Amino acid sequence: MRYLPKSPAEREAMFAELGLASEEDLFASIPADLRQQEPLSIPPGQSEYEIRDYFEARARDAARGYACFLGAGAYHHYRPVVIDSVATRGEFLTAYTPYQAEISQGVLTTIFEFQTMVAQLTGMDVANASMYDGSTAVPEAGMMAARITRRNRLLVARSLHPEYRQVMDTYDRYQGLPSETLAYDPQTGQLDLADLDARLSSDVAAVLVQSPNFFGIVEPVREVAELAHKHGALLVVIFSEAASLGLLQPPEEADIVAGEFQSFAHPPSFGGPYVGILATKSKYLRQMPGRLVGETLDADGRRAFCLTLSTREQHIRRAKATSNICTNQALVALMATVYMALLGKRGLRELAEQNLSKAHFLAGALRSAGAELPFSGPFFNEFAVRPAGGSASEVNDLALERKIIGGLDLGRFYPELAGALLVCATETAKREQIEAYADCFREAADG
Amino acid sequence: MGRVRQHQALEERLLFERSSPGKVGYQLPALDVPQVDPEEALGSAHVRDEIPGFPEVSEVEVIRHFTRLSSWNYAIDSGMYPLGSCTMKYNPRLNEAVARIDGIIDAHPYQPECLAQGMLEIQRTLEAYLAEICGMDAVTLQPAAGAHGELTGLLLIRAYLESQGDARRVVLIPDSAHGTNPATASIAGYEVVEIPSNRLGMIDLATLRDAVDDSVAALMVTNPNTVGIFEQDIAEVAAALHERGAQLYMDGANMNALVGIARPGDFGVDVMHLNLHKTFSTPHGGGGPGAGPVAVKRHLEPHLPLPRIRAAESGLGFDWDRPASIGRVRAFYGNFGVLVRALAYILAHGGDGLRNATVDAVLNANYIRKGLEGHYELPYEAASMHECIFSDSRQAKHGVKTGDIAKRLIDYGFHPYTVSFPLIVRGALMIEPTETESKHELDEFIAAMRSIAEEAERDPGLIRSSPVTTRTSRVDETRAARKPILKWQGAGRE
Repeated sequence: MRYLPKSPAEREAMFAELGLASEEDLFASIPADLRQQEPLSIPPGQSEYEIRDYFEARARDAARGYACFLGAGAYHHYRPVVIDSVATRGEFLTAYTPYQAEISQGVLTTIFEFQTMVAQLTGMDVANASMYDGSTAVPEAGMMAARITRRNRLLVARSLHPEYRQVMDTYDRYQGLPSETLAYDPQTGQLDLADLDARLSSDVAAVLVQSPNFFGIVEPVREVAELAHKHGALLVVIFSEAASLGLLQPPEEADIVAGEFQSFAHPPSFGGPYVGILATKSKYLRQMPGRLVGETLDADGRRAFCLTLSTREQHIRRAKATSNICTNQALVALMATVYMALLGKRGLRELAEQNLSKAHFLAGALRSAGAELPFSGPFFNEFAVRPAGGSASEVNDLALERKIIGGLDLGRFYPELAGALLVCATETAKREQIEAYADCFREAADG
Repeated sequence: MGRVRQHQALEERLLFERSSPGKVGYQLPALDVPQVDPEEALGSAHVRDEIPGFPEVSEVEVIRHFTRLSSWNYAIDSGMYPLGSCTMKYNPRLNEAVARIDGIIDAHPYQPECLAQGMLEIQRTLEAYLAEICGMDAVTLQPAAGAHGELTGLLLIRAYLESQGDARRVVLIPDSAHGTNPATASIAGYEVVEIPSNRLGMIDLATLRDAVDDSVAALMVTNPNTVGIFEQDIAEVAAALHERGAQLYMDGANMNALVGIARPGDFGVDVMHLNLHKTFSTPHGGGGPGAGPVAVKRHLEPHLPLPRIRAAESGLGFDWDRPASIGRVRAFYGNFGVLVRALAYILAHGGDGLRNATVDAVLNANYIRKGLEGHYELPYEAASMHECIFSDSRQAKHGVKTGDIAKRLIDYGFHPYTVSFPLIVRGALMIEPTETESKHELDEFIAAMRSIAEEAERDPGLIRSSPVTTRTSRVDETRAARKPILKWQGAGRE
């Protein structure tokens, strides 16, 4: 086996050194009747060429070469090659969690930079080293808010990503954290502030709202914050499209920001690995889950970094930890750090403006094809749209024939929006692709 | 000294300190649609000012910045990384290549099932292989990491017991367990009761039997346990739990000792998680991404997270109609890119190769144990599996603790072992070499550890002030925690 670095003679010498006659002797401590009798039913080991062939074949059985107007929590963005040049360096790729600070300063420094940039982008005081993804950052934020406020009701916007809400439900079921959904305004697609106002009371730990929300619509975060804070509840602002941070007013009024940085880091990769973020105000730091890197000095008085405040974490606090989370997503966070460094202050703005322009061009093209946008609220790079005639699936079937993957049928998660599509255009959408997709709307309508 | 030579490490400032207005490291294509005015489209209240403090650097500076930083890391690519329970093995580069194939890496989680057949096939194949390796009936690939898998597993137990009429209240956890076990049990809404290990470092059957009553939902066991010993009574432990209607959860952190040799499903485990970033070689990446698939016996299968993959005549697809499911634990279908890498690892080894890797991993651990016996105190006599545990009791007499020995090991060109864990061994040194290490590398490691044992007697001060060969001398962790600085403070405030 090419990954095993021993010659037969060396292996023999080691067995001899241990006074063992056979491999069986090595496993003598496993009761004989518990040992596996039959060999594993897995085919013999394959060469690099065969394995590559296997995965190339799987990739051909996929959507290679298609234009794609899907967003909904996973976004296509152009990724500079430098990201992988850095992330495939073995010194980053094959390092462990940086517990041994003296030989992990590279990882620690990049995490410190990541924390800094997340804080700068979100308008929060502190950010952690990352979470598994956006969806799991949300229940962690909810539990954190409950610990801070010592209250237990959570009000969750129905326009929060439906899969994030499902994850939240799974986590909260046994935490004694009942959650209620907050309606969206059917005209604007924004949070229904009257519904929020009616549900707020002194037992609400937090209001959780996504902006841009699942429909791509920017929420009035300031107004939501005022209402929440009036009742002593915290505001958790969530985002799934990090590219919006380059243009949108940061949610400074929030107490906790939880989100998904996939857009800055990683292609959609069929849903993962992504990288979640969690940021908050300094005063809530001690209730924050996850790893944190802090600045300090080494024995010679030079700047150095290390993992810190680990007394919150499971390996110290065990059953009383702020979370059971152990890993962060360091490598994906590194990719995001490289991306943010390359684009920088100007690039993130320009990127966001291009997304805005492409999505609005798409909206105009679809309107020209007779489609209607059900919501009037301001949108960033995705929006709901209802084809004029013909069903959403007719539009998308027509598109598939032309190697275009259309938007997501919102009926999947919102029965009242059945027939409407959630479509997304990032900077990767080319004008001719947008026009070709609009043609599908037109032709389906002409039926 | 030994295998270490001093060489230059270039200094490097933070990105923010390299920044200068107007520098860029990107170019976007010219916009091929009309430019939209953000204030008009979004309303001026929704449009931000520039991002304060955000860096502006050029591409070459980005490359140099991260290349210099990378040179400050130790990595499995540099040498042995004997962290116990972490299974730091070689990360095959092929796996990186196949995970990046067009069509796989750019697959959108919502693309139509007819265009996702390849992805579904990868997942289904991996599920089947992992089930075979564990001797279990079904696998979910959704959990993003080991602790996430633990949570999924306990929620499955909870859902199953609820379906039997009683979720129960207590989860039993041996005192040698990883911290994630009790933390997870709390998140799953269970009360943790700790089970003391016996003097052999194992679960004591009589103690366990006393602890199991009708309030107990499950025992979370790691096997081999964190002392690196196979739990000899595991089948009896399982029977004792099952008799009282409780379930056996296995933390698969140490599965690298068992693949191809023994299957948890065959010794009574009901549910377990695997760490693909340990046993199945996916890169640790400085602390993630991982993946923590959960394998279950048939009775727990109806409760697995949504969605499941099903085969129909039209091809593979997702099954959403599973009323007994615990729901979702993560958006989409898990850390798919990590799953691709793990499958590539399994394909490369094949069934026999996986077993051979286990043999080498256990051989290596026992070789180290033999090499260090007599130099370090061995707290448990029982045979070691994939890792061996020593204590610092001999060195502590000279004022040298396990943490000091670890730092000195850095000077010898090795990453330290796991320090002060498991908690049941005072001053523990937990050493797991994995199958990745050659005899030569092991011999050098043994020589380094013996040399440090001698230094502890001769010159304990030297050890306490180590490392002395690294770019950064010993880092003041107390200072970092006392007044946390968690982001760059701005120019002139260094």
